[in-house]
Amino acid sequence: MSESLSAFLYLVASVCFIMALRGLSSPDTARGGNIYGIAGMAIAMLTTLATPQVVSYWMIVIGLLLGGAAGTYIARNIQMTALPQLVAAFHSLVGLAAVCVATAAFAAPEAYGIGIRGAIHGASLVEMAIGLTIGAITFTGSIVAFAKLQGLVSGRPLVFPGQHFVNAGLGILLILLIVLFVMTEGASVYALLVLLSLAFGFALIVPIGGADMPVVISMLNSYSGWAACGIGFTLSNSLLIITGALVGSSGAILSYIMCKGMNRSIINVIAGGFGTEGAAAPGGPGVGDRLVKSGSAEDAAFILKNAGSVIIVPGYGMAVAQAQHALREMADTLKKEGVKVSYAIHPVAGRMPGHMNVLLAEANVSYDDVFELDAINHDFASTDVAFVIGANDVTNPAAKTDPTSPIYGMPILDVERAKTVLFVKRTMASGYAGVENELFYRDNTMMLFGDAKKMCEEVLKALG
Amino acid sequence: MADPASLAQRAGELAGDAGDLARKLDELSQQLALATHQAASAGTPFVFELTVFVLAVFVGYYVVWRVTPALHSPLMSVTNAVSSVIIVGALIAAGPMSMSFAKIMGFIAVILAAVNIFGGFIVTQRMLQMFQRKK
Repeated sequence: MSESLSAFLYLVASVCFIMALRGLSSPDTARGGNIYGIAGMAIAMLTTLATPQVVSYWMIVIGLLLGGAAGTYIARNIQMTALPQLVAAFHSLVGLAAVCVATAAFAAPEAYGIGIRGAIHGASLVEMAIGLTIGAITFTGSIVAFAKLQGLVSGRPLVFPGQHFVNAGLGILLILLIVLFVMTEGASVYALLVLLSLAFGFALIVPIGGADMPVVISMLNSYSGWAACGIGFTLSNSLLIITGALVGSSGAILSYIMCKGMNRSIINVIAGGFGTEGAAAPGGPGVGDRLVKSGSAEDAAFILKNAGSVIIVPGYGMAVAQAQHALREMADTLKKEGVKVSYAIHPVAGRMPGHMNVLLAEANVSYDDVFELDAINHDFASTDVAFVIGANDVTNPAAKTDPTSPIYGMPILDVERAKTVLFVKRTMASGYAGVENELFYRDNTMMLFGDAKKMCEEVLKALG
Repeated sequence: MADPASLAQRAGELAGDAGDLARKLDELSQQLALATHQAASAGTPFVFELTVFVLAVFVGYYVVWRVTPALHSPLMSVTNAVSSVIIVGALIAAGPMSMSFAKIMGFIAVILAAVNIFGGFIVTQRMLQMFQRKK
Protein backbone atom coordinates (compact mmCIF):
# COMPACT_ATOMS: atom_id res chain seq x y z
CA MET A 1 0.00 0.00 0.00
CA SER A 2 1.41 3.39 -0.93
CA GLU A 3 2.15 5.92 1.76
CA SER A 4 -0.37 8.46 0.52
CA LEU A 5 -3.14 5.87 0.35
CA SER A 6 -2.53 4.79 3.94
CA ALA A 7 -2.38 8.44 5.04
CA PHE A 8 -5.73 8.97 3.34
CA LEU A 9 -7.27 5.93 5.04
CA TYR A 10 -5.94 7.14 8.41
CA LEU A 11 -7.75 10.41 7.72
CA VAL A 12 -10.98 8.49 7.04
CA ALA A 13 -10.52 6.68 10.36
CA SER A 14 -9.99 10.01 12.16
CA VAL A 15 -13.22 11.37 10.72
CA CYS A 16 -15.02 8.21 11.85
CA PHE A 17 -13.79 8.80 15.41
CA ILE A 18 -15.02 12.40 15.34
CA MET A 19 -18.41 11.14 14.12
CA ALA A 20 -18.46 8.63 16.99
CA LEU A 21 -18.22 11.44 19.52
CA ARG A 22 -20.57 13.63 17.52
CA GLY A 23 -23.24 10.90 17.68
CA LEU A 24 -23.34 11.13 21.47
CA SER A 25 -25.09 14.50 21.32
CA SER A 26 -28.39 12.62 21.52
CA PRO A 27 -29.41 9.09 22.55
CA ASP A 28 -31.07 8.60 19.16
CA THR A 29 -27.86 9.07 17.19
CA ALA A 30 -25.48 7.54 19.75
CA ARG A 31 -25.70 3.94 18.54
CA GLY A 32 -24.92 5.04 15.01
CA GLY A 33 -21.95 6.93 16.42
CA ASN A 34 -20.60 3.80 18.03
CA ILE A 35 -20.76 2.00 14.68
CA TYR A 36 -18.67 4.84 13.19
CA GLY A 37 -16.15 4.29 15.98
CA ILE A 38 -15.90 0.56 15.28
CA ALA A 39 -15.57 1.21 11.53
CA GLY A 40 -12.83 3.78 12.16
CA MET A 41 -10.89 1.33 14.30
CA ALA A 42 -11.23 -1.43 11.69
CA ILE A 43 -10.00 0.89 8.93
CA ALA A 44 -7.05 2.03 11.06
CA MET A 45 -5.99 -1.53 11.88
CA LEU A 46 -6.39 -2.93 8.37
CA THR A 47 -4.48 -0.01 6.90
CA THR A 48 -1.59 -0.62 9.30
CA LEU A 49 -1.59 -4.34 8.58
CA ALA A 50 -1.23 -3.56 4.87
CA THR A 51 1.85 -1.34 5.30
CA PRO A 52 5.13 -2.81 3.99
CA GLN A 53 6.72 -2.92 7.48
CA VAL A 54 4.22 -5.51 8.65
CA VAL A 55 5.20 -8.84 7.15
CA SER A 56 4.68 -11.39 9.92
CA TYR A 57 1.13 -11.88 11.13
CA TRP A 58 1.03 -14.86 13.49
CA MET A 59 1.94 -12.92 16.61
CA ILE A 60 -0.53 -10.16 15.77
CA VAL A 61 -3.34 -12.65 15.21
CA ILE A 62 -2.62 -14.38 18.54
CA GLY A 63 -2.50 -11.02 20.31
CA LEU A 64 -5.78 -9.87 18.80
CA LEU A 65 -7.49 -13.17 19.64
CA LEU A 66 -6.26 -13.18 23.24
CA GLY A 67 -7.03 -9.53 23.90
CA GLY A 68 -10.26 -9.56 21.93
CA ALA A 69 -11.60 -12.60 23.76
CA ALA A 70 -10.72 -11.15 27.17
CA GLY A 71 -12.22 -7.76 26.32
CA THR A 72 -15.40 -9.26 24.91
CA TYR A 73 -15.86 -11.52 27.92
CA ILE A 74 -15.34 -8.69 30.41
CA ALA A 75 -17.57 -6.22 28.58
CA ARG A 76 -20.46 -8.66 28.23
CA ASN A 77 -20.42 -9.79 31.85
CA ILE A 78 -19.67 -6.63 33.78
CA GLN A 79 -22.44 -5.25 35.98
CA MET A 80 -23.44 -1.70 35.18
CA THR A 81 -22.82 -0.67 38.80
CA ALA A 82 -19.18 -1.71 38.34
CA LEU A 83 -18.76 0.56 35.31
CA PRO A 84 -16.45 3.11 36.99
CA GLN A 85 -13.85 0.53 37.98
CA LEU A 86 -14.09 -1.09 34.55
CA VAL A 87 -13.33 2.21 32.85
CA ALA A 88 -10.44 2.81 35.26
CA ALA A 89 -9.03 -0.63 34.45
CA PHE A 90 -9.34 0.03 30.72
CA HIS A 91 -7.50 3.34 31.11
CA SER A 92 -4.61 1.54 32.76
CA LEU A 93 -4.33 -0.76 29.72
CA VAL A 94 -4.06 2.19 27.33
CA GLY A 95 -1.34 3.62 29.55
CA LEU A 96 0.63 0.38 29.60
CA ALA A 97 0.19 -0.09 25.84
CA ALA A 98 1.64 3.40 25.32
CA VAL A 99 4.66 2.44 27.45
CA CYS A 100 5.16 -0.76 25.41
CA VAL A 101 4.92 1.06 22.07
CA ALA A 102 7.36 3.75 23.21
CA THR A 103 9.76 1.04 24.38
CA ALA A 104 9.46 -0.77 21.04
CA ALA A 105 10.17 2.49 19.23
CA PHE A 106 13.21 3.04 21.44
CA ALA A 107 14.53 -0.47 20.82
CA ALA A 108 13.86 -0.55 17.07
CA PRO A 109 13.56 3.01 15.78
CA GLU A 110 14.25 1.93 12.18
CA ALA A 111 10.81 0.31 11.94
CA TYR A 112 9.20 3.70 12.50
CA GLY A 113 11.68 5.71 10.43
CA ILE A 114 12.76 7.88 13.34
CA GLY A 115 16.51 7.22 13.08
CA ILE A 116 18.67 4.27 14.05
CA ARG A 117 19.50 2.68 17.39
CA GLY A 118 21.68 5.09 19.35
CA ALA A 119 20.97 7.96 16.95
CA ILE A 120 17.27 8.67 17.27
CA HIS A 121 16.28 12.19 16.22
CA GLY A 122 16.14 14.72 19.00
CA ALA A 123 12.53 15.70 18.43
CA SER A 124 11.41 12.07 18.41
CA LEU A 125 13.27 11.46 21.67
CA VAL A 126 11.46 14.31 23.39
CA GLU A 127 8.10 13.11 22.11
CA MET A 128 8.90 9.53 23.04
CA ALA A 129 9.86 10.51 26.58
CA ILE A 130 6.67 12.53 27.03
CA GLY A 131 4.41 9.80 25.62
CA LEU A 132 6.15 7.25 27.80
CA THR A 133 5.88 9.34 30.96
CA ILE A 134 2.18 10.12 30.53
CA GLY A 135 1.48 6.49 29.63
CA ALA A 136 3.21 5.20 32.76
CA ILE A 137 1.45 7.76 34.98
CA THR A 138 -1.90 6.76 33.45
CA PHE A 139 -1.11 3.10 34.09
CA THR A 140 -0.36 3.23 37.82
CA GLY A 141 -2.79 6.08 38.49
CA SER A 142 -5.63 4.09 36.96
CA ILE A 143 -4.66 1.01 38.95
CA VAL A 144 -4.95 3.00 42.18
CA ALA A 145 -8.31 4.42 41.03
CA PHE A 146 -9.47 0.91 40.17
CA ALA A 147 -8.43 -0.45 43.57
CA LYS A 148 -10.29 2.36 45.34
CA LEU A 149 -13.45 1.96 43.27
CA GLN A 150 -13.44 -1.82 43.52
CA GLY A 151 -13.00 -1.53 47.29
CA LEU A 152 -9.67 -3.38 47.26
CA VAL A 153 -8.24 -0.49 49.29
CA SER A 154 -10.04 2.08 51.39
CA GLY A 155 -11.60 4.92 49.45
CA ARG A 156 -10.32 7.32 52.11
CA PRO A 157 -7.62 9.67 50.91
CA LEU A 158 -4.16 8.56 51.99
CA VAL A 159 -2.30 11.62 53.19
CA PHE A 160 0.95 12.13 55.07
CA PRO A 161 2.85 15.25 56.08
CA GLY A 162 5.09 16.65 53.36
CA GLN A 163 3.19 14.79 50.66
CA HIS A 164 3.00 17.78 48.34
CA PHE A 165 6.76 18.29 48.62
CA VAL A 166 7.42 14.65 47.83
CA ASN A 167 5.13 14.81 44.78
CA ALA A 168 6.60 18.10 43.59
CA GLY A 169 10.09 16.62 44.02
CA LEU A 170 9.11 13.56 42.00
CA GLY A 171 7.72 15.81 39.27
CA ILE A 172 10.89 17.89 39.03
CA LEU A 173 13.03 14.76 39.03
CA LEU A 174 10.92 13.42 36.14
CA ILE A 175 11.56 16.52 34.06
CA LEU A 176 15.30 16.33 34.77
CA LEU A 177 15.33 12.68 33.75
CA ILE A 178 13.55 13.49 30.48
CA VAL A 179 16.24 16.08 29.71
CA LEU A 180 18.97 13.60 30.62
CA PHE A 181 17.37 10.93 28.43
CA VAL A 182 17.14 13.23 25.42
CA MET A 183 20.81 14.17 25.83
CA THR A 184 22.26 10.68 26.45
CA GLU A 185 19.68 8.34 24.86
CA GLY A 186 20.79 5.79 27.45
CA ALA A 187 18.85 2.60 28.04
CA SER A 188 19.37 2.81 31.80
CA VAL A 189 18.03 6.37 31.88
CA TYR A 190 15.05 5.11 29.91
CA ALA A 191 14.40 2.36 32.45
CA LEU A 192 14.74 4.83 35.31
CA LEU A 193 12.28 7.16 33.58
CA VAL A 194 9.73 4.33 33.32
CA LEU A 195 10.09 3.41 37.00
CA LEU A 196 9.88 6.98 38.23
CA SER A 197 6.81 7.72 36.09
CA LEU A 198 5.11 4.62 37.46
CA ALA A 199 5.84 5.79 41.01
CA PHE A 200 4.60 9.29 40.20
CA GLY A 201 1.27 8.01 38.86
CA PHE A 202 0.80 6.05 42.06
CA ALA A 203 1.67 8.99 44.32
CA LEU A 204 -0.59 11.30 42.35
CA ILE A 205 -3.85 9.37 42.88
CA VAL A 206 -3.28 7.90 46.36
CA PRO A 207 -4.27 11.09 48.25
CA ILE A 208 -7.57 11.50 46.36
CA GLY A 209 -10.68 10.14 48.05
CA GLY A 210 -13.48 7.91 46.74
CA ALA A 211 -16.11 10.55 46.04
CA ASP A 212 -13.65 12.60 43.98
CA MET A 213 -13.35 9.64 41.64
CA PRO A 214 -15.56 11.23 38.93
CA VAL A 215 -12.84 13.85 38.51
CA VAL A 216 -10.00 11.34 38.75
CA ILE A 217 -11.52 9.02 36.15
CA SER A 218 -12.11 11.92 33.76
CA MET A 219 -8.56 13.13 34.35
CA LEU A 220 -7.07 9.69 33.63
CA ASN A 221 -9.28 9.51 30.54
CA SER A 222 -7.67 12.72 29.44
CA TYR A 223 -4.15 11.45 30.24
CA SER A 224 -4.68 8.29 28.18
CA GLY A 225 -5.52 10.56 25.25
CA TRP A 226 -2.42 12.70 25.69
CA ALA A 227 -0.30 9.54 25.95
CA ALA A 228 -1.65 8.38 22.58
CA CYS A 229 -0.91 11.86 21.28
CA GLY A 230 2.70 11.71 22.49
CA ILE A 231 3.17 8.37 20.75
CA GLY A 232 1.54 9.85 17.63
CA PHE A 233 4.10 12.67 17.60
CA THR A 234 6.93 10.15 18.09
CA LEU A 235 5.81 8.04 15.17
CA SER A 236 4.68 11.05 13.06
CA ASN A 237 1.23 9.49 12.76
CA SER A 238 -1.60 12.00 12.32
CA LEU A 239 -4.29 9.45 13.18
CA LEU A 240 -2.78 8.93 16.64
CA ILE A 241 -2.32 12.67 17.10
CA ILE A 242 -5.92 13.49 16.13
CA THR A 243 -7.45 10.68 18.18
CA GLY A 244 -5.27 11.43 21.19
CA ALA A 245 -6.24 15.10 21.03
CA LEU A 246 -9.96 14.21 20.81
CA VAL A 247 -9.76 11.90 23.83
CA GLY A 248 -7.52 14.26 25.73
CA SER A 249 -9.84 17.23 25.34
CA SER A 250 -12.89 15.07 26.07
CA GLY A 251 -11.42 13.96 29.39
CA ALA A 252 -10.35 17.50 30.22
CA ILE A 253 -13.86 18.85 29.60
CA LEU A 254 -15.41 16.12 31.72
CA SER A 255 -12.96 16.91 34.55
CA TYR A 256 -13.95 20.55 34.29
CA ILE A 257 -17.68 19.74 34.40
CA MET A 258 -17.16 17.48 37.43
CA CYS A 259 -15.13 20.12 39.27
CA LYS A 260 -17.78 22.73 38.55
CA GLY A 261 -20.38 20.30 39.91
CA MET A 262 -18.52 20.39 43.22
CA ASN A 263 -17.49 24.04 43.06
CA ARG A 264 -13.86 23.04 43.46
CA SER A 265 -10.79 23.75 41.39
CA ILE A 266 -8.96 20.93 39.67
CA ILE A 267 -5.88 21.85 41.73
CA ASN A 268 -7.91 21.41 44.91
CA VAL A 269 -9.04 17.94 43.79
CA ILE A 270 -5.57 16.83 42.70
CA ALA A 271 -4.07 18.05 45.98
CA GLY A 272 -6.39 15.52 47.58
CA GLY A 273 -7.21 14.92 51.22
CA PHE A 274 -10.79 16.16 50.81
CA GLY A 275 -13.16 14.77 53.42
CA THR A 276 -10.56 13.93 56.04
CA GLU A 277 -10.86 17.02 58.25
CA GLY A 278 -14.61 16.67 58.71
CA ALA A 279 -14.39 12.97 59.38
CA ALA A 280 -11.86 13.51 62.15
CA ALA A 281 -14.39 15.52 64.14
CA PRO A 282 -17.80 14.09 63.37
CA GLY A 283 -20.70 16.43 63.91
CA GLY A 284 -20.88 19.52 66.04
CA PRO A 285 -22.19 20.02 69.52
CA GLY A 286 -25.60 18.60 70.27
CA VAL A 287 -25.78 16.18 67.37
CA GLY A 288 -27.21 13.45 69.52
CA ASP A 289 -30.10 15.37 71.02
CA ARG A 290 -31.69 16.84 67.92
CA LEU A 291 -34.94 15.34 66.87
CA VAL A 292 -35.21 13.32 63.70
CA LYS A 293 -38.51 12.20 62.30
CA SER A 294 -38.29 8.70 61.00
CA GLY A 295 -40.98 6.68 59.28
CA SER A 296 -41.76 3.21 58.01
CA ALA A 297 -42.22 1.98 54.46
CA GLU A 298 -46.00 2.11 55.01
CA ASP A 299 -45.81 5.79 56.00
CA ALA A 300 -43.74 6.49 52.89
CA ALA A 301 -46.17 4.59 50.66
CA PHE A 302 -49.08 6.59 52.07
CA ILE A 303 -47.34 9.92 51.46
CA LEU A 304 -46.22 8.93 47.96
CA LYS A 305 -49.64 7.63 46.93
CA ASN A 306 -51.32 10.85 47.94
CA ALA A 307 -48.79 13.07 46.22
CA GLY A 308 -49.45 14.74 42.89
CA SER A 309 -45.81 14.86 41.87
CA VAL A 310 -42.63 13.12 43.02
CA ILE A 311 -39.01 13.85 42.14
CA ILE A 312 -36.57 11.02 42.80
CA VAL A 313 -32.97 11.99 43.62
CA PRO A 314 -30.63 9.01 43.21
CA GLY A 315 -27.02 8.88 44.43
CA TYR A 316 -24.13 6.50 44.83
CA GLY A 317 -25.98 4.66 47.63
CA MET A 318 -28.52 3.49 45.08
CA ALA A 319 -25.74 1.97 42.99
CA VAL A 320 -24.17 0.25 46.01
CA ALA A 321 -27.53 -1.26 47.01
CA GLN A 322 -28.37 -2.17 43.37
CA ALA A 323 -31.71 -0.52 44.04
CA GLN A 324 -32.40 0.88 40.56
CA HIS A 325 -34.76 -1.91 39.44
CA ALA A 326 -36.81 -1.91 42.66
CA LEU A 327 -36.91 1.88 42.46
CA ARG A 328 -38.23 1.84 38.91
CA GLU A 329 -40.97 -0.66 39.84
CA MET A 330 -41.97 1.59 42.71
CA ALA A 331 -42.06 4.59 40.36
CA ASP A 332 -44.13 2.66 37.79
CA THR A 333 -46.70 1.77 40.43
CA LEU A 334 -46.90 5.40 41.47
CA LYS A 335 -47.39 6.45 37.85
CA LYS A 336 -50.29 4.03 37.57
CA GLU A 337 -51.82 5.79 40.57
CA GLY A 338 -51.61 9.01 38.60
CA VAL A 339 -48.56 10.47 40.31
CA LYS A 340 -46.16 12.46 38.14
CA VAL A 341 -42.68 10.96 38.63
CA SER A 342 -39.40 12.42 37.43
CA TYR A 343 -35.73 11.91 38.28
CA ALA A 344 -33.17 14.59 39.16
CA ILE A 345 -29.48 13.88 38.57
CA HIS A 346 -26.66 15.89 40.10
CA PRO A 347 -23.54 16.13 37.90
CA VAL A 348 -21.34 14.38 40.48
CA ALA A 349 -23.85 11.76 41.63
CA GLY A 350 -22.16 8.37 41.51
CA ARG A 351 -18.55 7.56 40.81
CA MET A 352 -18.20 8.60 37.18
CA PRO A 353 -19.82 11.19 34.91
CA GLY A 354 -23.26 10.01 33.84
CA HIS A 355 -23.17 7.00 36.18
CA MET A 356 -26.74 7.47 37.46
CA ASN A 357 -28.15 7.94 33.96
CA VAL A 358 -26.75 4.59 32.89
CA LEU A 359 -28.12 2.79 35.95
CA LEU A 360 -31.59 4.27 35.46
CA ALA A 361 -31.46 3.41 31.77
CA GLU A 362 -30.49 -0.12 32.74
CA ALA A 363 -33.59 -0.31 34.92
CA ASN A 364 -35.70 0.73 31.90
CA VAL A 365 -36.41 4.28 33.03
CA SER A 366 -37.22 6.38 29.97
CA TYR A 367 -34.64 9.12 29.52
CA ASP A 368 -37.50 11.56 28.99
CA ASP A 369 -38.17 11.29 32.74
CA VAL A 370 -34.57 12.00 33.73
CA PHE A 371 -33.41 15.59 34.19
CA GLU A 372 -30.15 17.35 34.86
CA LEU A 373 -29.73 19.73 37.80
CA ASP A 374 -30.33 22.96 35.88
CA ALA A 375 -33.39 21.60 34.11
CA ILE A 376 -35.27 20.45 37.19
CA ASN A 377 -34.03 22.44 40.17
CA HIS A 378 -36.77 25.08 40.06
CA ASP A 379 -39.45 22.34 40.00
CA PHE A 380 -38.80 21.26 43.60
CA ALA A 381 -40.74 24.21 44.99
CA SER A 382 -43.89 22.99 43.26
CA THR A 383 -43.33 19.31 44.02
CA ASP A 384 -45.12 17.34 46.72
CA VAL A 385 -42.45 14.77 47.52
CA ALA A 386 -38.68 14.64 46.98
CA PHE A 387 -37.54 11.04 47.31
CA VAL A 388 -33.79 11.04 48.05
CA ILE A 389 -32.24 7.61 47.67
CA GLY A 390 -28.52 7.11 48.30
CA ALA A 391 -27.59 10.76 47.84
CA ASN A 392 -26.53 13.07 50.66
CA ASP A 393 -24.03 15.88 50.14
CA VAL A 394 -25.61 16.97 46.84
CA THR A 395 -28.82 17.85 48.72
CA ASN A 396 -27.21 19.58 51.69
CA PRO A 397 -28.56 23.14 52.06
CA ALA A 398 -25.39 24.06 54.00
CA ALA A 399 -23.77 24.46 50.58
CA LYS A 400 -25.94 27.53 50.15
CA THR A 401 -26.13 28.88 53.70
CA ASP A 402 -22.99 27.99 55.63
CA PRO A 403 -19.80 29.69 54.36
CA THR A 404 -17.68 27.62 56.79
CA SER A 405 -18.86 24.32 55.31
CA PRO A 406 -16.35 22.43 53.15
CA ILE A 407 -19.02 22.06 50.48
CA TYR A 408 -20.03 25.74 50.52
CA GLY A 409 -20.74 27.00 47.02
CA MET A 410 -21.37 23.59 45.53
CA PRO A 411 -24.50 23.63 43.36
CA ILE A 412 -27.09 21.43 45.07
CA LEU A 413 -30.51 20.01 44.30
CA ASP A 414 -33.04 22.11 46.22
CA VAL A 415 -34.93 19.14 47.65
CA GLU A 416 -35.75 21.05 50.84
CA ARG A 417 -38.20 23.18 48.84
CA ALA A 418 -40.49 20.19 48.23
CA LYS A 419 -43.47 19.87 50.57
CA THR A 420 -42.15 16.61 51.98
CA VAL A 421 -38.67 15.10 51.76
CA LEU A 422 -38.34 11.34 52.09
CA PHE A 423 -34.73 10.42 52.77
CA VAL A 424 -33.72 6.78 52.32
CA LYS A 425 -30.53 6.15 54.27
CA ARG A 426 -28.97 3.33 56.21
CA THR A 427 -27.80 5.35 59.19
CA MET A 428 -27.45 8.95 60.33
CA ALA A 429 -23.78 8.93 59.27
CA SER A 430 -22.60 12.01 57.43
CA GLY A 431 -21.84 11.91 53.73
CA TYR A 432 -18.50 11.72 52.02
CA ALA A 433 -17.60 15.34 52.70
CA GLY A 434 -17.93 14.58 56.41
CA VAL A 435 -20.55 17.29 56.90
CA GLU A 436 -23.74 17.01 58.85
CA ASN A 437 -26.82 17.37 56.65
CA GLU A 438 -29.18 20.00 58.06
CA LEU A 439 -31.96 18.50 56.00
CA PHE A 440 -32.38 15.49 58.30
CA TYR A 441 -33.72 17.69 61.11
CA ARG A 442 -36.25 19.71 59.13
CA ASP A 443 -39.93 19.44 59.93
CA ASN A 444 -40.82 18.42 56.39
CA THR A 445 -38.22 15.63 56.29
CA MET A 446 -38.95 12.01 57.06
CA MET A 447 -36.04 9.60 57.32
CA LEU A 448 -36.56 6.08 55.98
CA PHE A 449 -33.82 4.06 57.62
CA GLY A 450 -32.78 0.92 55.81
CA ASP A 451 -31.15 -0.58 52.77
CA ALA A 452 -32.16 1.32 49.62
CA LYS A 453 -33.26 -1.74 47.69
CA LYS A 454 -35.21 -3.30 50.58
CA MET A 455 -36.90 0.02 51.31
CA CYS A 456 -38.10 0.36 47.70
CA GLU A 457 -39.43 -3.20 47.74
CA GLU A 458 -41.26 -2.61 51.02
CA VAL A 459 -42.75 0.65 49.78
CA LEU A 460 -43.85 -1.17 46.64
CA LYS A 461 -45.53 -3.87 48.74
CA ALA A 462 -47.28 -1.24 50.86
CA LEU A 463 -48.48 0.53 47.72
CA GLY A 464 -50.00 -2.59 46.21
CA MET B 1 57.42 -9.12 -18.59
CA ALA B 2 53.91 -9.58 -17.31
CA ASP B 3 54.57 -12.60 -15.24
CA PRO B 4 51.46 -14.30 -13.97
CA ALA B 5 52.47 -14.04 -10.31
CA SER B 6 52.60 -10.21 -10.18
CA LEU B 7 49.42 -10.00 -12.26
CA ALA B 8 47.59 -12.14 -9.78
CA GLN B 9 48.94 -9.96 -6.99
CA ARG B 10 47.69 -6.79 -8.76
CA ALA B 11 44.30 -8.37 -9.27
CA GLY B 12 44.17 -9.28 -5.59
CA GLU B 13 45.03 -5.71 -4.58
CA LEU B 14 42.40 -4.33 -6.93
CA ALA B 15 39.76 -6.64 -5.51
CA GLY B 16 40.70 -5.47 -2.02
CA ASP B 17 40.38 -1.84 -3.11
CA ALA B 18 37.01 -2.52 -4.63
CA GLY B 19 35.87 -4.12 -1.39
CA ASP B 20 37.05 -1.08 0.58
CA LEU B 21 35.26 1.18 -1.82
CA ALA B 22 32.05 -0.78 -1.52
CA ARG B 23 32.28 -0.58 2.28
CA LYS B 24 32.85 3.17 2.12
CA LEU B 25 29.91 3.52 -0.24
CA ASP B 26 27.79 1.56 2.19
CA GLU B 27 28.74 3.84 5.05
CA LEU B 28 28.09 6.87 2.89
CA SER B 29 24.63 5.66 1.93
CA GLN B 30 23.86 4.97 5.58
CA GLN B 31 24.96 8.46 6.51
CA LEU B 32 22.88 9.83 3.69
CA ALA B 33 19.83 7.91 4.88
CA LEU B 34 20.37 9.21 8.37
CA ALA B 35 20.79 12.76 7.10
CA THR B 36 17.58 12.60 5.09
CA HIS B 37 15.78 11.19 8.12
CA GLN B 38 17.09 14.06 10.17
CA ALA B 39 16.16 16.58 7.53
CA ALA B 40 12.69 15.08 7.41
CA SER B 41 12.23 15.28 11.16
CA ALA B 42 13.54 18.81 11.52
CA GLY B 43 11.21 21.76 11.36
CA THR B 44 8.43 21.37 8.84
CA PRO B 45 6.95 17.95 9.73
CA PHE B 46 6.85 18.91 13.39
CA VAL B 47 5.01 22.13 12.59
CA PHE B 48 2.66 20.10 10.41
CA GLU B 49 2.01 17.64 13.26
CA LEU B 50 1.49 20.50 15.65
CA THR B 51 -1.06 22.02 13.27
CA VAL B 52 -2.96 18.74 13.12
CA PHE B 53 -2.81 18.50 16.92
CA VAL B 54 -4.09 21.98 17.64
CA LEU B 55 -6.93 21.69 15.13
CA ALA B 56 -7.90 18.30 16.58
CA VAL B 57 -8.02 19.76 20.09
CA PHE B 58 -10.44 22.40 18.84
CA VAL B 59 -12.60 19.82 17.08
CA GLY B 60 -12.62 17.74 20.27
CA TYR B 61 -13.54 20.77 22.37
CA TYR B 62 -16.58 21.68 20.29
CA VAL B 63 -17.77 18.11 19.71
CA VAL B 64 -17.52 17.10 23.36
CA TRP B 65 -19.38 20.14 24.67
CA ARG B 66 -22.32 19.06 22.54
CA VAL B 67 -22.49 15.64 24.18
CA THR B 68 -25.58 15.41 26.34
CA PRO B 69 -24.72 14.94 30.06
CA ALA B 70 -26.88 11.81 30.20
CA LEU B 71 -24.39 10.12 27.87
CA HIS B 72 -21.20 11.07 29.71
CA SER B 73 -20.56 7.46 30.75
CA PRO B 74 -20.77 6.12 27.18
CA LEU B 75 -18.61 9.07 26.10
CA MET B 76 -15.98 7.95 28.55
CA SER B 77 -16.05 4.31 27.45
CA VAL B 78 -16.04 5.14 23.75
CA THR B 79 -13.11 7.57 24.06
CA ASN B 80 -11.40 4.81 25.98
CA ALA B 81 -11.93 2.37 23.11
CA VAL B 82 -10.91 4.95 20.55
CA SER B 83 -7.68 5.88 22.34
CA SER B 84 -6.60 2.26 21.87
CA VAL B 85 -5.87 3.26 18.29
CA ILE B 86 -2.38 3.23 19.76
CA ILE B 87 -2.55 -0.37 18.49
CA VAL B 88 -1.35 1.10 15.17
CA GLY B 89 2.09 1.59 16.72
CA ALA B 90 1.91 -1.84 18.31
CA LEU B 91 1.12 -3.59 15.01
CA ILE B 92 4.17 -2.04 13.36
CA ALA B 93 6.36 -3.18 16.26
CA ALA B 94 4.96 -6.71 16.14
CA GLY B 95 5.12 -6.91 12.33
CA PRO B 96 8.78 -7.67 11.41
CA MET B 97 9.82 -11.21 10.42
CA SER B 98 12.64 -11.65 12.95
CA MET B 99 12.11 -12.03 16.69
CA SER B 100 13.33 -9.11 18.79
CA PHE B 101 12.70 -7.27 22.04
CA ALA B 102 10.71 -4.65 20.11
CA LYS B 103 8.53 -7.35 18.59
CA ILE B 104 7.67 -8.75 22.03
CA MET B 105 6.84 -5.25 23.28
CA GLY B 106 4.59 -4.85 20.24
CA PHE B 107 2.93 -8.20 20.96
CA ILE B 108 2.12 -7.19 24.56
CA ALA B 109 0.79 -3.82 23.38
CA VAL B 110 -1.40 -5.56 20.78
CA ILE B 111 -2.97 -7.73 23.50
CA LEU B 112 -3.57 -4.76 25.84
CA ALA B 113 -5.02 -2.55 23.14
CA ALA B 114 -7.21 -5.38 21.82
CA VAL B 115 -8.75 -5.90 25.29
CA ASN B 116 -9.60 -2.23 25.27
CA ILE B 117 -10.90 -2.02 21.73
CA PHE B 118 -13.26 -4.98 22.03
CA GLY B 119 -14.16 -4.29 25.65
CA GLY B 120 -14.64 -0.56 25.13
CA PHE B 121 -16.86 -0.74 22.07
CA ILE B 122 -18.96 -3.63 23.40
CA VAL B 123 -19.60 -2.03 26.78
CA THR B 124 -20.49 1.24 25.03
CA GLN B 125 -22.92 -0.60 22.78
CA ARG B 126 -24.45 -2.32 25.84
CA MET B 127 -24.94 1.03 27.54
CA LEU B 128 -26.41 2.74 24.49
CA GLN B 129 -28.81 -0.16 23.96
CA MET B 130 -30.38 0.81 27.29
CA PHE B 131 -30.98 4.41 26.28
CA GLN B 132 -34.12 3.79 24.28
CA ARG B 133 -37.18 5.95 24.44
CA LYS B 134 -39.81 3.94 26.33
CA LYS B 135 -43.53 4.24 26.20
